[in-house]
Amino acid sequence: MEKTMKLEIFRYRPDQEDQPRFQTYEVPFREDWVVLDAINYIKDEIDGTLSYRWSCRMGVCGSCGMMVNGIPKLTCATFLKDYYPDKIRVEPLTGFPVQRDLVIVMDDFIHKLREIKPWIIRREGEEKPIEGGEYLQTPAELEQYKQYSMCINCMLCYAACPVYALDNTFVGPAAIALAQRYNMDSRDQGRDQRQEIIASHEGIWECTFVGECSVVCPKAVDPAGAIQRSKVSSTIDWYKEVLIPWGGKKR
Amino acid sequence: MGNYETYKYDVVVVGGGGAGLRAAIAIAETNPALKVALVSKVYPMRSHTVSAEGGAAAVIKENDSFDEHCSDTILGSDWLADQDAVELFVKEAPSEMIQLEHWGCPWSREPNGKVAVRPFGGMKIERTWFAADKTGFHMLHTLYQTSLKYDNVTHFDEWFATKVLVENGRCQGITALELRSGQIRVIAGKAVIICTGGAGRVFPFTTNGAIKTGDGMVMAYRAGVALKDMEFVQYHPTGLPGTGILITEAARGEGGILVNKDGYRYLQDYDLGKPLEVTDSRHPVKKTMELGPRDRLSLAFMKEVEKGRTLSGAYGEYVHLDLRHLGEKKVDKKIPFVRELSTKYAGIDPVYEPIPVRPVVHYMMGGVDTDIDGAASMPGLFAAGEAACVSINGANRLGSNSLTELLVFGAIAGRAAARFATEHPELDLTALQKQGADEQERIAKNFIRKDGGYERVATLRQEMTRTMESGAGIYRSETSLKETCNKLAELRGRFSNILIEDRSLSFNTELTSALELDLMLDVAQAIAHSALARTESRGSHQRTDYPDRNDEKFLKHSLAFRTDGAPRIEYKDVIITRWPPAERVYGR
Repeated sequence: MEKTMKLEIFRYRPDQEDQPRFQTYEVPFREDWVVLDAINYIKDEIDGTLSYRWSCRMGVCGSCGMMVNGIPKLTCATFLKDYYPDKIRVEPLTGFPVQRDLVIVMDDFIHKLREIKPWIIRREGEEKPIEGGEYLQTPAELEQYKQYSMCINCMLCYAACPVYALDNTFVGPAAIALAQRYNMDSRDQGRDQRQEIIASHEGIWECTFVGECSVVCPKAVDPAGAIQRSKVSSTIDWYKEVLIPWGGKKR
Repeated sequence: MGNYETYKYDVVVVGGGGAGLRAAIAIAETNPALKVALVSKVYPMRSHTVSAEGGAAAVIKENDSFDEHCSDTILGSDWLADQDAVELFVKEAPSEMIQLEHWGCPWSREPNGKVAVRPFGGMKIERTWFAADKTGFHMLHTLYQTSLKYDNVTHFDEWFATKVLVENGRCQGITALELRSGQIRVIAGKAVIICTGGAGRVFPFTTNGAIKTGDGMVMAYRAGVALKDMEFVQYHPTGLPGTGILITEAARGEGGILVNKDGYRYLQDYDLGKPLEVTDSRHPVKKTMELGPRDRLSLAFMKEVEKGRTLSGAYGEYVHLDLRHLGEKKVDKKIPFVRELSTKYAGIDPVYEPIPVRPVVHYMMGGVDTDIDGAASMPGLFAAGEAACVSINGANRLGSNSLTELLVFGAIAGRAAARFATEHPELDLTALQKQGADEQERIAKNFIRKDGGYERVATLRQEMTRTMESGAGIYRSETSLKETCNKLAELRGRFSNILIEDRSLSFNTELTSALELDLMLDVAQAIAHSALARTESRGSHQRTDYPDRNDEKFLKHSLAFRTDGAPRIEYKDVIITRWPPAERVYGR
């Protein structure tokens, strides 16, 4: 007898149904299958109406984040064998509105991403012309921000964040980590502009340092660490502004 | 489906991967008064550029020269690349790469802070820039994040483009399905750039993500533009069996070796030079053995299978990619993603065990026929990146040229489209709206409201991919290709009985899967018929019944034009500037 496994999947079609429901599917169990393989099997062989996002199936495009037994996971990197023979419950990432089935609405993140200015900012007149070649950056300088540049925007950290769950004005882990990624980049001069958003009331002060974001991060970005570093540097800014008349900036 | 809306832009960019983002930024910077719509069926950071690993080639070091990069690329292409395009590409590459550095791409560095380069297959001198082994990921995120800075670029994320709109003999926009609402909208534009990437998903075993279904290629094809050189499909020599997940060529650039079941470095039997000991400081020798071009390495694998010298597993034959001699430190520093992927998806830690690998469909050398400015034959229509065929890749692309190609030709096409839009300000909005209504009706009638269908999308898709592998794979013949062509015609017929059970308008992925299959069937036909007509072997196109290259007859690009039946195949000359065709020699 072929081994099988059951998946209990969250279904919701807002234009056809008032309430979400769960639908259970039985799929073949294969040692090397990930949860996404099982969902693709359902889509192809059992029920074509199931909607979800996926693409690269190698943990780098960030599309396929879902709740697996209540924990935010990349389903392309979550193996059935770690749950077999028990039933698996698959739901859309928590903390977001549901568009349909396993598809969340992520407008809020896209908006926040743009707000933190995730691009290199140079002071007026300090941009190097292309003919001048690359900005020099030593391997040690690269290491300063490299970890924060690994974020794939998969949204698992938002789904895990207790602050975001209560108050979605919170900028959130991935966006703060990304702001830190640019702040720590030796080529960037835009930290002051980003700190205005980050240090505002929706920003880092709301983080209670539960650290769940870093636990679920599939790429070891450590957004909790980024938030802590950001808090420290904002506190230093505050002291400089209050205690040093010229704001601690070079004049 | 309700009323449709019309959006009006100066330039519409279809596709939000590397080429599309670079094009959008180029337009925004050329003329901040121009309004750009960036339309993508996924959020741009999901685009398949994200999966590219090894690096991007550009001449920057003192021991290198433009001519060396040109001649490597042309030799790699088996002389099918247009040499004027290659020269332009090579010349523009360094400044594009430096531009990306200025935008924040975290390139790996030398101790003195300069950008580091690594060796790559088919390249005589090391010129491949890299960001560890997540180069595509970092390039894509850098471009996407930088694009957010421009107020004149509007992102239409998760809008699925369905058709190029032509009025008065000129491309004037597209229709797109807004996935959230299920509505078809007209996005009018004075110029349109297709940057939708390749179509690896027409094959069963591919490194390509699910989204790579050739959408934009077919939109152009259906508007009467030729698809060029579609028979040239690149098999990357090192994919994981089963999943097809890519193990980057950088693994070999850093010194990894390929061995058969006897532990023998079999590439030495296939005219790729002689191996040096891995402990020899001169290993790996460039353009030799493991650093030969991808087409030759994939062919060598097939020959080893014939000789019975490969290993057998649950997913067929494979060989070993051995990195053990590199040591943990080098693996973690230079190719950490290789370790992560192998450990997770093959259960193999390459620091201690060799990785099972086999050739896997990776890249389409062919695409929308464009000139050196990225302009297609249809006025107002442009293309760049893997979706396009300029052509710099000819019959076989060299690893690390495609990421650079995104930048160079994305920017060139963006600037050309901006010029075109400025010179052609008029739009036939009434006629475009009528076309939008017709497209909405087509999709409703053939899919959403369709009754009585019985063919499952997945079934037809599997039959399509299977026949592509068996008849139009690494080795092809007249018999195998004819069988595939016939099968594809049968599938095209059966597609009219497609079953759509999902009647929901909101994020209906059964609908988008059906639309993608519809497009892929056209791509598959263009590939198979172009391959049938080319009775020679060149680069990645290997005919068992015509094993030799035939320059007299086929030093030409094939052009596939869509008809109601089989595509019509025509030819045009390859542009030769300074590198006359010669024997394609590696390792001697």
